[in-house]
Amino acid sequence: MYKNSAKAWLYLLPALIFLSVFMIYPLFDVMIYSVEEGYNSASQTYFGVGAYNYRYVLRDPYFLQAVKNTFILVIITVPVSTGVALLISLGLNSIQKLRDLFQTIFFLPYVTNTLAVGLVFMILFKKTPYSDGFINLIINAFGGNTIDFIEGPYWAKMFVMCFYTIWVVMPFKILILTSALASVDKDLYKAAKVDGATSFRIFRKITLPMISPMIFYLIITGFIGAFKAYSDEVAIFGTNLNAAGMNTIVGYVYDMLYGDSGGYPSYASAAALILFAIVLTITCINLLASRKTTVS
Amino acid sequence: MTTMNEIQQAKKSAERSQRIRTVITYTLLVLWGLIVLFPFYWMILTSLKSYSAYNSEYIPKLYTTAPTFQNYADAFTAVPLARYFGNTIIFTLITTILMLVVTILAAFAFSRLEFKGKNLVFTMFLALMMIPNELVIITNFVTITNAGLRNTFAGLILPSVASIFYIYLLKENFEQIPEELYKAAKVDGTSDLKYLLKVMIPICQPTIVTITILKVIECWNSYVWPRLITDDAMYFLVSNGIQEIRENGFGRENIPAMMAAVVVISVPLIILFLIFHKKIMAGVSRGGTKGA
Repeated sequence: MYKNSAKAWLYLLPALIFLSVFMIYPLFDVMIYSVEEGYNSASQTYFGVGAYNYRYVLRDPYFLQAVKNTFILVIITVPVSTGVALLISLGLNSIQKLRDLFQTIFFLPYVTNTLAVGLVFMILFKKTPYSDGFINLIINAFGGNTIDFIEGPYWAKMFVMCFYTIWVVMPFKILILTSALASVDKDLYKAAKVDGATSFRIFRKITLPMISPMIFYLIITGFIGAFKAYSDEVAIFGTNLNAAGMNTIVGYVYDMLYGDSGGYPSYASAAALILFAIVLTITCINLLASRKTTVS
Repeated sequence: MTTMNEIQQAKKSAERSQRIRTVITYTLLVLWGLIVLFPFYWMILTSLKSYSAYNSEYIPKLYTTAPTFQNYADAFTAVPLARYFGNTIIFTLITTILMLVVTILAAFAFSRLEFKGKNLVFTMFLALMMIPNELVIITNFVTITNAGLRNTFAGLILPSVASIFYIYLLKENFEQIPEELYKAAKVDGTSDLKYLLKVMIPICQPTIVTITILKVIECWNSYVWPRLITDDAMYFLVSNGIQEIRENGFGRENIPAMMAAVVVISVPLIILFLIFHKKIMAGVSRGGTKGA
């Protein structure tokens, strides 16, 4: 029956080798690391197995700061970016002229190196002794006071971080929502127009229900992505995120692993598993919510 | 008469509200377009300003009267930008090619061959898709370090070769090719490998192009893994290079030169995008997860 068996495994072999070494083995290994207290010598594996690493991480003020930053980032950027993307997609969908041009421009951030463009954002927002920066120029023009967005107050830094994150994630959301909107059956709109429905009503009763699966998809992937935020923050505040008070959970994991504060794979593993638990919980809640909404 | 007037008035007001809506729509779109494009404009503009001109502008100017290419020369001479660039090209090419080979072979096995445990293995693959990179990167870091592969291309490339999502995407596409074609080829005595190369790959070329482009974008922008695995500037990729340039590059705050480096780094993908934008956008909407 399975005369191809050996050959099939041969075809699969490269993928299986790579996945075993770099995904399956690490998956178990990270759990072992996270309960090994003191990593450096082999004997300690038996000596200290327990939840100490988790306790350490959960008490570490840097970790708590990272959790706070990440949650604020998630709570602000996911709804705002999805909402604005929906507005823009509705706009794109309602025009004929220049539509392709706008779509192409809006997609541009997707193909840029976030580290490189983050540097541009940093310069636009930064206040230096030589210059207040371009954004402060605009703020001053409207009568506001100069703010140091990069090394200034917490909320200002958070604003830049959220703004840049939204700038980075928008292309994907706009793309997904425009294609979702384009696939809504045009006859439904025609029928509604004949019945004299207002455009707001058409949006609420036809458009929104038709594209709601895609909106939920974007919210779920948006949550997952925002919880893993890291390189955008490095791009703006530099590699020492703890000093800037702008670290994220993923940033904490990497700092524990490597760099000046690194060398603690056990703490890094515990933090990574805590992050995974958070993301899994939120995703499950999202899935439940989306199922409920779609059913009702 | 009055009804005619009323109808006309209603028509007029409907037209007016339509026009207002169009104006609002275009305003919104243009506004977002400006927000998207402005950073690009700013980096090109700044890269063309001379160091002294830039630093003497307390109020930054939106234009420059004396553009200079000196910053681009500096970007290639004062810091090893060309090396970062070359490293990234090597890294991107090898990773993408290896990924394609591994993905095509695995997708073929899943879609055309029958073997014991196929469903089990495939289910396992799907389950692995949910595992975030952050979870496995810790052990991979230790594995590569222990193997003595830090600061090598092998260390950079190997962990990012296998991608389950692309295997899944291609497998779905392979399965749409009618079974009869395969049977006919078997009757003709065509080998599996030849069938894969001569029939399946050409038919599924759009999907293969899609995953190639997605992988190239991913490689060009990758930052976290290269940062962990390289501390020798000889092996930096552009992302790490730009971070290095920022932290101890051109001496004190030579922002125009930094911006020149940023432009150089951004240009390849932007050109790729301008040429293939239809394909890239279609590909991302099918399989992209960034921003995810």
